Amino acid sequence: MRVGLFVTCLVDLMRPRIGFAVLQLLESSGYEVVVPESQTCCGQPGYNSGDTSAIKTLAMKFMREFEGCDYIVVPSGSCAGMIKVHYPECLKADPQLAEKMQAISERTFELTDFLLNVAKLKVLPGDFKGTITYHDSCSGLRELGVQRQPRELLAKMPDIQLIEMQESTTCCGFGGTFSVKYGEISTRMADNKCRHAEETGADAIVAGDLGCLLNIEGRLRRRGNLHTKVFHIAEILAGEDKK
Amino acid sequence: MASIHFKRKASENLGNEKLQSALMRLQERFVDARTAAITDLDDFEATRDAAQKIRDRVLNNLDGWLLYFEREAISRGAVVHWAETAEDVNRIVIDIARQHGVKKVAKSKSMVSEECGLNDALEGAGIQVLETDLGEYILQLAHEPPSHIVAPVVHKTKEEISDLFAEKHQKPRKTGIAELCLEAREELRPGFLAADMGISGANFLIAESGSALIVTNEGNGRLVTTLPRVHVAITGIEKVVPTLEDVSTLIRLLPRSATGQSITNYVSVLTGPKGTEDQDGPEHFHIVLLDNGRSSLLGSEMQSMLRCIRCGACMNHCPVYQNIGGHAYGWVYPGPMGSILTPTFVGLENAMDLPNASTLCGACGVVCPVKIPLPDLLRKLREKQVEQKLRPKREMLALRAWSWMAGHPVFYAFATRIAARLMHWMGGREGRLHYLPGAAGWTDGRDMSVPEGSTFRDLYRRRKS
Ligand code: SF4
Repeated sequence: MRVGLFVTCLVDLMRPRIGFAVLQLLESSGYEVVVPESQTCCGQPGYNSGDTSAIKTLAMKFMREFEGCDYIVVPSGSCAGMIKVHYPECLKADPQLAEKMQAISERTFELTDFLLNVAKLKVLPGDFKGTITYHDSCSGLRELGVQRQPRELLAKMPDIQLIEMQESTTCCGFGGTFSVKYGEISTRMADNKCRHAEETGADAIVAGDLGCLLNIEGRLRRRGNLHTKVFHIAEILAGEDKK
Repeated sequence: MASIHFKRKASENLGNEKLQSALMRLQERFVDARTAAITDLDDFEATRDAAQKIRDRVLNNLDGWLLYFEREAISRGAVVHWAETAEDVNRIVIDIARQHGVKKVAKSKSMVSEECGLNDALEGAGIQVLETDLGEYILQLAHEPPSHIVAPVVHKTKEEISDLFAEKHQKPRKTGIAELCLEAREELRPGFLAADMGISGANFLIAESGSALIVTNEGNGRLVTTLPRVHVAITGIEKVVPTLEDVSTLIRLLPRSATGQSITNYVSVLTGPKGTEDQDGPEHFHIVLLDNGRSSLLGSEMQSMLRCIRCGACMNHCPVYQNIGGHAYGWVYPGPMGSILTPTFVGLENAMDLPNASTLCGACGVVCPVKIPLPDLLRKLREKQVEQKLRPKREMLALRAWSWMAGHPVFYAFATRIAARLMHWMGGREGRLHYLPGAAGWTDGRDMSVPEGSTFRDLYRRRKS
């Protein structure tokens, strides 16, 4: 089985180690993993800001890159949502293309959804020890129904205790360009998130989207909290967090 | 248009401690109550589907249903008026008042009259207006607009209301909620009795019987619509629903979504003026139907917005609204629904911030009882802003540049490689940026963790070779 890995632009630029953690998880599950070299960004920043001029090109580019894959895995609910929900919508003027896109989007999975429901991982290589609180990022949760998946995976890890924070499903205020355009509102939302996470006393905040994580981490550190760790779920599951 | 001050207002409100604690209570009260209330519906999702269908059925043939409603209302003695604009509404209502020699008006809550600025118009014509909903009454005393469509004074604390009453009523300051309510009731009662005309909104119009339906919790709605000689119900043209049966489906959702009640204290179905055998009711019943931009949504990709039943669930669940409150939105309709309605009614260019001031987190769409895809509609408005070249040039340039790069992998790889290195270097030993040119909005309140230094693609290629 060939699995295509869509790394996402944020992981590529900011935190490659997340990409490698995903790679490790997929390879250890016995899949042949391909990482198309020409992949870039799913185009969500422009799309969500109302500039849809490039979206068709980017959707078709994605289609070409991942056509030969049995599955496509994305370590981000937001990018996976873009591909699964919005790409087919953007191509709907051309029914043939839309159908092709639909077929590909059906083979596309958010990472934890894939690991739990397709790869059916029983044992995870990660070795994090301690308490964790999980932030449900918005697109994964509401567009793709990712909520149970990361929790079930974490439950398979014997040394991890998950402590739920208040309002784990409330937006952290990232919202892509929103966090730059409306920095002040976004900061307040991140503040609420940090407060709820801190109240659990957990050693680490974990989520499935790097955008949220950067936002939460950025606010934590500015608030003077230098001890709470912030991880992408792939890092926890694969054990890349020690790096 | 006050919506253009969104950012400034939002910023002020974030710093307003009293408001912040009031907003926190709103969330506790309505969000949790809704969660509890929808579980006692046998099948909430199926009811939502049914509600959506009812609303769509009407909207797909709105003129037909409106004419049916008009015919039935007239046959039961009501007078139906059509208003294209807010000014038309004001003119029509003032005409009705003059025609009946009205000096005093008692009002029950109506967002549409707020939309039209009716109170000012009436006062301008020398007619005294008394808001009789507790919330609206408080706002009238305070000379403030509502900040929520269901709980208009949600932004005020009890202490502020105590002070306001003591000042305006010239009575000893009360602090208990029951005492304050009693005091308001004492002040309002003469107003009901003296009014020659009652003005209400209408949550729904029932086509088959030509009735207006209102849901209220305080009972004032019934006094307003039955005591005075003349009753005027004002509402938007989209509020029509085919049958009483249909309304009963919608009513299972409205209070549950709004306040978490399974039903409101009063549901009044108002049909025509008082009959010869009736004990009470108005002698004259007028219904004013407002368009004000609504019909322009018909047949457009925004049509689903007209399904809205004004429950306010979207704003109660919107994390942006929860933090900045309704006044920041600058007009009658706040929150996600307002961010769509306001630009639609007052012009996209007059409400530039509203469609953008959302993280598109989707919470609003999930709770909307009539399944309006609010995030998609917000995105569509953003598209329109771009199409009409209303967005700042710099923003567009940055987005286009990024999209262009995304479409040109070689260039993209090169640019991200440089950016990763540069930002990594800028972060120094601490590994964080306290300021990032071009993203000050971000770094004003957050540190930016810097990239690891090499892009995934570079590292991956190295690993493979
Ligand atoms: S948009 Fe939906 S949730 Fe918001 S007020 Fe209207 S019906 Fe209620």
